[in-house]
Amino acid sequence: MVENNEIFEINCLDVIQEISDYIENEINPALRLSIEAHLAKCAHCTAIFDGTRNLIRLVSNGQTFELPVGFSERLQKRLQADLQKA
Amino acid sequence: METAANIANQAESSIIERIVAGEKDLFYSLVRPYERAVYSAAYAVLRNEADAEDAAQEAMVKAFQHLAGFRRESKFSTWLIQIAINEARMKLRKNRPHLYESIDEGKQSNEGEYIPRDFADWREIPSEQLNRKQLREAIQKALDSLGAIYREVFVLRDVQNMSIAETANALGITEASVKTRLLRARLQLRDALAPGLDGGWNFGEGHWKKVRPW
Repeated sequence: MVENNEIFEINCLDVIQEISDYIENEINPALRLSIEAHLAKCAHCTAIFDGTRNLIRLVSNGQTFELPVGFSERLQKRLQADLQKA
Repeated sequence: METAANIANQAESSIIERIVAGEKDLFYSLVRPYERAVYSAAYAVLRNEADAEDAAQEAMVKAFQHLAGFRRESKFSTWLIQIAINEARMKLRKNRPHLYESIDEGKQSNEGEYIPRDFADWREIPSEQLNRKQLREAIQKALDSLGAIYREVFVLRDVQNMSIAETANALGITEASVKTRLLRARLQLRDALAPGLDGGWNFGEGHWKKVRPW
């Protein structure tokens, strides 16, 4: 049995497997403490954590894919043509 | 209490009812907010602009034809994305049947078993200031290097900000699979883009703060 306030040690692989859920804050408090204790002393995992979080922030504006020029106009034309038939 | 999202949903529902009742001209205004999402989902599958546009148009037409059958068990946007994904997959099968086998569901082993490169690797590559266009190209190139099942999950969840449940629904997989694939996709993309994620890239005026508040 682990004492209530004891932080159990986990290794790099464990941390990496949980990094997504940790970033999204979908993780139980005991595991969170273990990950934080590990990150505090592991530059390797900290780099992976920072990079992963930055990646998600970077793409979250939804602008990664630019609509091709004229996309909306062509779509409207197509809809006008097809919807009248339907 | 009425939330803004609730009110928007109600507005959407009433537009849908009017279209089904015969006001066809309203359809474009219904789908217009999702143009980019539909195109992006199709692109995630097809990786080609012209094919993705084709599939997106096809999906919109199908959505119209089946609108009366939309049961509101999911959000309209999720339903639309689901159609776009199906449309894109059918197109992929038609265009490249010989390739389809390799990206079929479950054919890729070691899901989630991905070991990130050592961080020393990416500290050695100099960060560079990239403009928006270069940045977009770098992300797309990195996305192209992912297996299809990882790219689809990443685009819906992280680029389009759909929830885990919506992503699972749109792709027809479990939430657990979404999470496993998402982890793999994120780690692999971090490796591919790490030189710039070291702080060299400008994140702009934080749209991410609204959707990714951590």
